[in-house]
Amino acid sequence: MTRLSTAPPAQGEVEEGSRRGLLKALEIDLRVFGMVIALVVIVIGFGFLTDGRFLQPVNMVNLAVQSVSVAVIATGMTMIIVSRNIDLSVGSIVGVVGMIYAVLMARVLPDLLGFDHPLLWVIALAAGLGLGALIGGVQGYIVAYIGVPSFVVTLGGLLIFRGATWLVTRGVTISPVDPTFQLLGGGPRGSIGGPASWVVGGLSCLAIVALLASGRRQRVRFGFPLRPMWAEALIGTVSSLAVLGLVWLFNSYKWPPALAERHAAETGVAIPPGGLAAGIPWPVVLLLAVTLVMSFVATRRRFGRYVFAIGGNPEASELAGINTKRTVMKTFILIGLLCAISSAVATARLDGATLDLGEGYELYVIAASVIGGTSFAGGIGTIPGAVLGALVMSSLAYGLSFMGLSSPIQDIFAGIVLIIAVAFDTINRRRKT
Amino acid sequence: MPEGVPLVELRNMSVSFGGVHAVNDVTVDLYPGEIVGLVGGNGAGKSTLIKTLSGAQKPDSGEIFIDGKPVAIHSPMDAKNLGVETIYQTLALADNIDAPANVFLGRELMTPVRTLDDSAMEDATRKVMKRLNPRFDNFKVAVESLSGGQRQSVAIAKAVQFNARILIMDEPTAALGPAETEVVRGLMRQLKEEGIGIFLISHDIHDVFDLADRISVMLQGKLVGTVNKADVTMDEVLAMIIIGKLPEEVTETELEQLRG
Repeated sequence: MTRLSTAPPAQGEVEEGSRRGLLKALEIDLRVFGMVIALVVIVIGFGFLTDGRFLQPVNMVNLAVQSVSVAVIATGMTMIIVSRNIDLSVGSIVGVVGMIYAVLMARVLPDLLGFDHPLLWVIALAAGLGLGALIGGVQGYIVAYIGVPSFVVTLGGLLIFRGATWLVTRGVTISPVDPTFQLLGGGPRGSIGGPASWVVGGLSCLAIVALLASGRRQRVRFGFPLRPMWAEALIGTVSSLAVLGLVWLFNSYKWPPALAERHAAETGVAIPPGGLAAGIPWPVVLLLAVTLVMSFVATRRRFGRYVFAIGGNPEASELAGINTKRTVMKTFILIGLLCAISSAVATARLDGATLDLGEGYELYVIAASVIGGTSFAGGIGTIPGAVLGALVMSSLAYGLSFMGLSSPIQDIFAGIVLIIAVAFDTINRRRKT
Repeated sequence: MPEGVPLVELRNMSVSFGGVHAVNDVTVDLYPGEIVGLVGGNGAGKSTLIKTLSGAQKPDSGEIFIDGKPVAIHSPMDAKNLGVETIYQTLALADNIDAPANVFLGRELMTPVRTLDDSAMEDATRKVMKRLNPRFDNFKVAVESLSGGQRQSVAIAKAVQFNARILIMDEPTAALGPAETEVVRGLMRQLKEEGIGIFLISHDIHDVFDLADRISVMLQGKLVGTVNKADVTMDEVLAMIIIGKLPEEVTETELEQLRG
């Protein structure tokens, strides 16, 4: 055995070791790192073009809230595309679920329970999540067990559920939604407040340190090569500073004075000299939670591992004893649930449901996922990438509209960015092999 | 012929696809520490036969015995639970995930809180690789960036990690260069030493003659016969593969024609 040699390491690896020494030591996902840089460049670029007005806290907060609906679904779309499927029905699911939320809260439940019933929004939300999961489950069943291509099934779904949205109310806009439910839409009232934001920031920093420490402990336990201590410290410090910087940004977004006074009178909080901080909007908290849970599911759970394995080699996954059909069906249930969450945010922001709620989402969601590094060939993609992709898209759209450019121009830019992002990726991958 | 109870016996196996007998009443067996070469032309039925043992193909009739006891194999998982591991011609690796994830695919090690224990899987993979291919050092990269030989090491590690007793290798060296082929041959001899029984499916008569103890030949879904390698010449095996005649039946003229 020992006299036999295996192939020498590929030349690229050796080069990479010296040229990209710093990044290698940090073991950072280059793709995600690049997206963060791109996002910062876009935001600062618009800042320059608008003499800094774009960088005002209110704009940053609006931008973040605007991206939530697309970003939430994009995390699920990544799993769908990774397993070599597609879901074109997400926008219509958002529409029909939103209509159900609105009808339940504005018409059905008040008749049954009264307008002020505290469980109103809970029941509506549960019903919407259930409907989303059910729709996803049925489409997933047809894709996985009957074998109809997902493109066809969800194209049908796109038409069916858009039609169903109209049928629920014959096209009438339904409003208003429950006041507690409205918190999901953001705005000063729908934010968690200054002190709570600092608590969230502090906990996030602790979580970052705990994650780094547990990762290191695992590697020590088995005697694997360790990341140098300075690299650990650098990652921990930079991420924590970034988190605290974001909290600071959200906290510099103040309640408008008139609203703040009324709010202060209602709740008895004192208004500090600089104004009352609104803090992190609830939809952003929700997006953070979805991103964390989905990343956990994608990388730490069996299900996520199987989704990636199926995308890499469906036959091998089958032969390894994986229940590939059930796994694919689960990805559709998951995206159905995420559509329902996204729909809740959109409905809450509008304070009701309109006929065109969610229209065109499928394209933005797929674009966000693909800009975030998801490969249509399957098997490749990350959850943080998809969220960053959504943020890149919405910061472009927000920035262009802030500069007074019309929505057709925004679409043209979005299309160009999509193609550039994927071309960049394709070239990168070709160079690697 | 070896003595005692065979490790595995496929008895009177038949598989047909829409009236075509892909495998027709075939009986083969395998003893511990033995390599049985399964040879035949394209479409002879060797892959289909072996899939009934690995759980990837349901037989129409026939029985499987392991250690002399009848067993039921309905899925790849059933086969694995009985100690039957298969290394497929197409490697059956998921290219986009790393070596430990491939080795444990479908049988992941979990932490007490039901999350993937990647460190433990990497550790176990490092241990099994130390035995199989000590130079292997790419535990953190997607297997698509590995060489053919390294990928084959991962495929073999995937099989032996779970204490396989019966190994099915379908064209294990077809995609490899000469040096890498030699690595895989070394591995097979080593596994044989450890008492594992191996069914070797191969087009390459040299591979089979180099490694196998016995050779079973199939032609058009039927078993032509099983011979001890020591008792036959390569020409006689070729005659079995091509014209379906056993060494005692074949004439000198026919052998001449085959040498052509």
